[in-house]
Amino acid sequence: MRARSVTLLGIAAAVAAALGIGLVPIQTGSHDQIFEIPKGTWARRMSGDKVEILPDHIRLTLGLRDILVLRNHDDVPQIFGPTLMMPGQSFRLPFERAAQYQFACTAHASGQMTIVVEPNPATPWARIAWRARELLH
Amino acid sequence: MKAGVFDPPRQAPDFSLSSSTGHELKISQYRGKVVLLAFGFTSCTEVCPTTLNTFAVARRKLGPQAADVQVVYITVDPHRDVPARLAKYLGSFDPTFVGGTGTEDQLAAVRSSYGISAEKKIIGNDYTYAHSSFAYLIDRTGRIRGLMPYGHSPDDYANDLTILLRE
Repeated sequence: MRARSVTLLGIAAAVAAALGIGLVPIQTGSHDQIFEIPKGTWARRMSGDKVEILPDHIRLTLGLRDILVLRNHDDVPQIFGPTLMMPGQSFRLPFERAAQYQFACTAHASGQMTIVVEPNPATPWARIAWRARELLH
Repeated sequence: MKAGVFDPPRQAPDFSLSSSTGHELKISQYRGKVVLLAFGFTSCTEVCPTTLNTFAVARRKLGPQAADVQVVYITVDPHRDVPARLAKYLGSFDPTFVGGTGTEDQLAAVRSSYGISAEKKIIGNDYTYAHSSFAYLIDRTGRIRGLMPYGHSPDDYANDLTILLRE
């Protein structure tokens, strides 16, 4: 009887904690989702290494992580996502609408890069899911 | 800005193509103006007409300032898009728009220098192109300042053009 009460209390506490996490508004220090081409990438590719830096699917969230930032730290120009970037150059692309964006990208085998911008998580469950995903990444 | 922004901005690579006006087309000839640069083909049924109409509406929103904005549209389909065809097509959106064409090699070199992709796709006896759908914003000094992805509104373009025109 006592063990069952303790278990129930534990579950209640876990549910309350989860609800608390879901009710608290999400605040992020930065809206940037950063991808960087490290120095030496071109040389590694030339030597046969398969270097994948930018995934062909990127998920962003409106109001939280809604700016794509690309940086080329290599010594040569690189096709990076939708554009050509010079050595030392960065590119900062903000998104203001939740939608799916397709970009031609020759760096990927599919020739496409997809950026999915999801709506700001409005419900407690959506906030919990967003926080869990951030932790996993 | 609503567009993606480059830091530091680089100089827009110059080129020499045949213009829809019947003269030579060089990007450097538009120093002093803000340039919207896009790539496509006149048989494009979706991306190009939408983009060019967006440019035209954005220019109208600018009022007298539009005189300092030049749209340059470079074809990826030189076999069909001869200067006269480009002129007729672009004129249906805005008579000030200028098109550029050249040989396959010339156009491939221009695309490479701007990081533009264009892939020919055969469909039966016809063909189409999958091509980069964004537009570059080039400032008065000839530097590539922004990249506007496909689908942005005329208001977004007008916003960014206004910022660049004030500089």
